[in-house]
Amino acid sequence: MELRKSYFADQRKDGLNEIGQPRPRLDSPGHVTGKTAYFADRNFPGMLHLKMVRSPHHHARIRAIDTSEAEKHPGVVKVLTAKDVPHNVYTILILIQIGPEDETVLADGKVRWKGEAVVAVLAETERAAQEAAAKVKVDYEVLPAVFDMEEALKPGAPLVNEYHGQNHYLYDSGECRKVRFGDVEAGFAEADHILEQTYQSSPIEHAPTETTGCVVAPEGNDRFTCYTNTQAMFFTLDNASIILQMPGSKLHFVGGTVGGGFGGKVDVIVEPIAILGAKLTGRPVCFIYSREEEMQISSPRAAEKVVIKDGVMNDGRIVARKVTGYTDAGAYSRHSPYGAQKGAAHYPGPYTIPNVWIDTYCVYTNRTPSSAMRGFGVTIGDFALEVQMDKLARLIGMDPLEFRFINAYRDGDMKAHRQPTEGAALIECMQEASRAANWPVAEKFMAMSSYRKGG
Amino acid sequence: MAIRRGRGVAAINYPTGMNLGGDPTQALVHSTPTGNFMVTLSSVDLGQGMKQIMAQICAETIGVPTDRVIVDTADTDTGPHCMGTFASRGTHRAGNAVIQAAREARQVMLEVAAEELEVNASDLETDGQGNILVKGAPQKSISIFDVALSAHFKRGRSISGRGMFLIPRSYPEKETGAMKPSTCYAHACTVAEVEVDDETGEVTVLNVKNVFEIGRALNPKMVEQQLVGGSWMGISHALYETTEPYYPNRDHGGTDFNQYLMPGPGDLAETEIIVLERPSADGPFGAKGPGEMCANPQIPAVANAVFDAVGVRIDTLPITPERILRALKAQAAG
Repeated sequence: MELRKSYFADQRKDGLNEIGQPRPRLDSPGHVTGKTAYFADRNFPGMLHLKMVRSPHHHARIRAIDTSEAEKHPGVVKVLTAKDVPHNVYTILILIQIGPEDETVLADGKVRWKGEAVVAVLAETERAAQEAAAKVKVDYEVLPAVFDMEEALKPGAPLVNEYHGQNHYLYDSGECRKVRFGDVEAGFAEADHILEQTYQSSPIEHAPTETTGCVVAPEGNDRFTCYTNTQAMFFTLDNASIILQMPGSKLHFVGGTVGGGFGGKVDVIVEPIAILGAKLTGRPVCFIYSREEEMQISSPRAAEKVVIKDGVMNDGRIVARKVTGYTDAGAYSRHSPYGAQKGAAHYPGPYTIPNVWIDTYCVYTNRTPSSAMRGFGVTIGDFALEVQMDKLARLIGMDPLEFRFINAYRDGDMKAHRQPTEGAALIECMQEASRAANWPVAEKFMAMSSYRKGG
Repeated sequence: MAIRRGRGVAAINYPTGMNLGGDPTQALVHSTPTGNFMVTLSSVDLGQGMKQIMAQICAETIGVPTDRVIVDTADTDTGPHCMGTFASRGTHRAGNAVIQAAREARQVMLEVAAEELEVNASDLETDGQGNILVKGAPQKSISIFDVALSAHFKRGRSISGRGMFLIPRSYPEKETGAMKPSTCYAHACTVAEVEVDDETGEVTVLNVKNVFEIGRALNPKMVEQQLVGGSWMGISHALYETTEPYYPNRDHGGTDFNQYLMPGPGDLAETEIIVLERPSADGPFGAKGPGEMCANPQIPAVANAVFDAVGVRIDTLPITPERILRALKAQAAG
């Protein structure tokens, strides 16, 4: 890595004692010698293991659940169903007033994705819990499922989630989050060329080294300590408090070093049910995802579809950009309404375009609920935007890097969401990339600056 | 049939912190009797080194070496509230809270030192090595060790401070979408060079040159580890990863690392990282959040390089050999 100190030197105070110094990490020796303690290193006498009975169907009504055989299985201590969960229907962003509550801790009457948790089994050993889970009998009436976002948005599509009433999230702005800036149709009318393209991604797994999980220990005074690898301690505690209808003062969350998060550990999934298990049995409980659960049950990055329509001039200026983004939330909201909204704020990318129209939708389908992942709301949007930029440059016969210089935002430029640009540095990044990659651009672009008066 | 070479570019920006703000973090700082400093948080270290960076920020602010600072975090009984470690917010939000708390603690420390040295606190400075000196008369000094002892056992003072950082929440205007999503943005430009085998559809990323503008590299070695890792993850997203290979079809989802494809050590591209620093107006020492951003530009850069190499556009992720071969076949049928 090289630090290019020549850029923006006038805005920076170098020569500090500790900041800017490559100090060795104080925690590294523990990590590389296996001394660092993770949540799963906690082991308590009498600890129970929790395993989930999961839906084998993408969409089904539950006619009946029979847990009698599972309860008789040797080693089984407790079997939990929806009726055991004090506040079973929840949504995590209710803490910042993004509702409605739309997801069940344990399925109640219906499952909406293959893998959804239906019954929790607590047993003396992991094996006993697994074997007993296989003995739970659930009588399903399979319902039509919808997997494709376009299909889901059509009239008459199977309804994925009754708590929403339609297969998309309802923002205060309506069926999508909107950004309107300038007059996009007038921009298209004056453009020398129009290019409309569709981009698509697939769900992605966070693939942390350490899978999601927690260990809960009763403190003996009606208080519970939850050792967890959540990325957000109080966010998880407060949601657990709502789900369990327990005062927050009864809950103590302890984290520590986490073996990779990437956004995969900001859902509140394992902690509430494990705490409930500990409360109802009076024993420590551990609930840790297997690698298979981490990959197919825990939320992936949402699949997204992005449609971009641009109007571009022969001289390289983009004069209009219309983006319609679709985020596949799967069966429940989790963080996806937030992600789709973040996309609306991000488009049209780091470029100054006078006429912009953005619609972003959060769509429900019968698949594993998606949620946060490194850059969600932006990552796939950037893929779409930057491939589109390449296509536009080639369409007008311009070098793709020079084309970006022409449109790059600079200090003071008004963004589509009506904030003036501050602290821009796109131009300088491109100048340095031009040098590093030996990708020459015209001298006038190398003389540009993100500072307004500089170029 | 041949191995064809191409290169592609992508340029991006990325907001720091939770979209639309409203995501607070608090910090507490106090000294021990012998002049070490405890930072108490409830933020989570995901392995990226948050504790180390908070220690450096506290040390710089108070004026002691980093190894005099201990970070106690991720315990809801002891640590004040933090919204969480996500949205590239950890360093920016918690760092600001730590600075505020450390400034308050530093002020008490200087007041106690002033009493011991019989000068005004405003005439004192720290040497960064654990001593407090009179400005312009450095022979008149006291160690922070002695100041802490005095505060605890003689003067009855608590060398401590409270810190809080909150960007007020912005609510998007319904019809226009007018809003303030973030207060600062990191930037990047990546050039990727690839080879594509037009017989097998296999893509080899030869090298990526990443330029990142991140506000301030608080610890350059840690910045490097995060940016290199992010760059690899971006390439992996572009070419390998998905839990649903035939999305929207739900079948064929991988359930372990034999089925869920990621690049192995031999598949990693030669990776060059160049860092620019344009300090943000409201970041700790100007820092922005590069944690998420650094995995983004490689995806379109690789996609554009594949087009440059073989002349087909793969607009669906991941860019698998199967998709490339189907596109080449369609192109040939053309």
